[in-house]
Amino acid sequence: MTKQISSNKDSRLSRRKRMMGWSFLIMVLSVVLMPLGGYVYTDVISTANAADQTAESNPRANYWRAVRGGEEGYTDINRLEKNVLIQSAGENWRRLRNGAVATIGGYLVLISLLTILLYHLKSGGMKLDNGRSGKTITRWSIFDRIIHWTVASLFIILAITGLSMLFGRYVLIPVLGGDGFAAYASLAMAVHNYLGPLFVAVLVILILSWIKHNMINDNDIKWFKAGGGGIIGNQHVSCGRFNGGEKVWFWIVTLVGLTVGISGLILDFPNLEQVRSTMQNANLVHGALSIIWISIAFGHIYIGTLGSEGSLDGMLTGEVDENWAKQHHDLWYDEVMQDNDDMDVTGAKSSA
Amino acid sequence: MARMKFLCDAERCIECNGCVTACKNENEVPWGVNRRRVVTLGDGEPGEKSISVACMHCTDAPCAAVCPVDCFYTTDDGIVLHDKDQCIGCGYCSYACPFGAPQYPQQSAFGVRGKMDKCTFCAGGPEEDNSEAEREKYGRNRIAEGKLPLCAEMCSTKALLAGDGDIVSGIYRERTLRRSDRPQTWGWDKAYGKS
Ligand code: SF4
Ligand code: SF4
Repeated sequence: MTKQISSNKDSRLSRRKRMMGWSFLIMVLSVVLMPLGGYVYTDVISTANAADQTAESNPRANYWRAVRGGEEGYTDINRLEKNVLIQSAGENWRRLRNGAVATIGGYLVLISLLTILLYHLKSGGMKLDNGRSGKTITRWSIFDRIIHWTVASLFIILAITGLSMLFGRYVLIPVLGGDGFAAYASLAMAVHNYLGPLFVAVLVILILSWIKHNMINDNDIKWFKAGGGGIIGNQHVSCGRFNGGEKVWFWIVTLVGLTVGISGLILDFPNLEQVRSTMQNANLVHGALSIIWISIAFGHIYIGTLGSEGSLDGMLTGEVDENWAKQHHDLWYDEVMQDNDDMDVTGAKSSA
Repeated sequence: MARMKFLCDAERCIECNGCVTACKNENEVPWGVNRRRVVTLGDGEPGEKSISVACMHCTDAPCAAVCPVDCFYTTDDGIVLHDKDQCIGCGYCSYACPFGAPQYPQQSAFGVRGKMDKCTFCAGGPEEDNSEAEREKYGRNRIAEGKLPLCAEMCSTKALLAGDGDIVSGIYRERTLRRSDRPQTWGWDKAYGKS
């Protein structure tokens, strides 16, 4: 009797989790896709204008139509785009940046934090089922750890300074005052602009050195089917050195990270003669994807610290407890043990 | 209260660049910055038309809406000004502005921008009126002296008009009425052909 009730509850719970997952996905997709709405808008306008042009030949109307269409003329001032009287795309950019990116993005960050908080309050995070054994095996080499923490600290600095550029006006000016915030913003922008290219460089090193571990295989599919290897539901799935979730995070970092990096570099070097529309588009891509990335990163940070007992050890010391390895990465644990037996040494050996 | 406006009459502007020179001289703008410029469409072809353009002091200004440090303000006369002490040179206002008004002097290493500079409608900035600090950062404050922008005052054909929006548009309306012999005018001829 009691069993049935609890299984009923479980299925309701998993349904709710699934719904949460879908709505999260839909939100992420809309943040990515909505900025592109601008293209539809300008396309419609320019085709409408083109249709007018053929039907009408009033010279003054034609002249102003050319001006509104951003036609290039001649000017004595010999600098980029100074020969254009009006560029209309700036208004689209303003609406999308101040509208979709800032609003949906802001909610996305808050929802991500709230979801994690609720999850933690409800589950208390994953514990080691058998406590710590006291024996450890090596998971991360010193090289891996240096790369990870360099990328991580740069990410946090860039996230804070970047969010300040978008939200500081609304959140920080009331606290710091206009002059105070201006002083901070000027420093924040310089830091963001100088550390950005460095971040892209270390990110590329991270991607290249870990990509071989992160190819998705059949086992990862099984891991996902089991609801994230037991995060949702309680099924246990055998798993190698990296589970499906870690691999997906790696690919998010790779794809989103490189796009954010490239758009950031475009924005960072205005001396390369980018026209305004290039900057507007780069800014939208950069802002929208960064916010999505930050929202997902909260989840990674949570699982790496409070969310799963024993995980942080690995990135701090390089060593993880054997019980942690058995519980979360049993196939990898067996592999390491096998290697150790083969080599007949007592010390641990990294399989990296 | 007056609502200040610029208006450039495309039928009159002869691309002499007098306004550009007047502005540079009056405001001693930084090297590489042109607060006003003249653009000609169809240059050298019959029917070419020129317009002198600078900051148009927009209502609901896009530059002000995107500035991360919120350093723009609109005066009682509807003139859009900004505070260079707060500007961080992010470039956003130059992406948003339809007229290409915001510009950046002293591009240093990697194209780092200086403080944004743009047309002030000869109204200076947040510093005390006609103080040395104001003149150095923003140029002359002619509005505080009861004068209108020098570009319009110096325009050789009076194509460029500056001042209270009602008066400026009144002058322009009168002009266009007197041009009714022109074939392009919308009216009887346009509808029924010359009789
Ligand atoms: S700088 Fe551009 S957007 Fe701002 S008020 Fe002037 S014309 Fe308008
Ligand atoms: S360049 Fe200066 S004035 Fe323009 S948006 Fe950035 S901080 Fe504001």
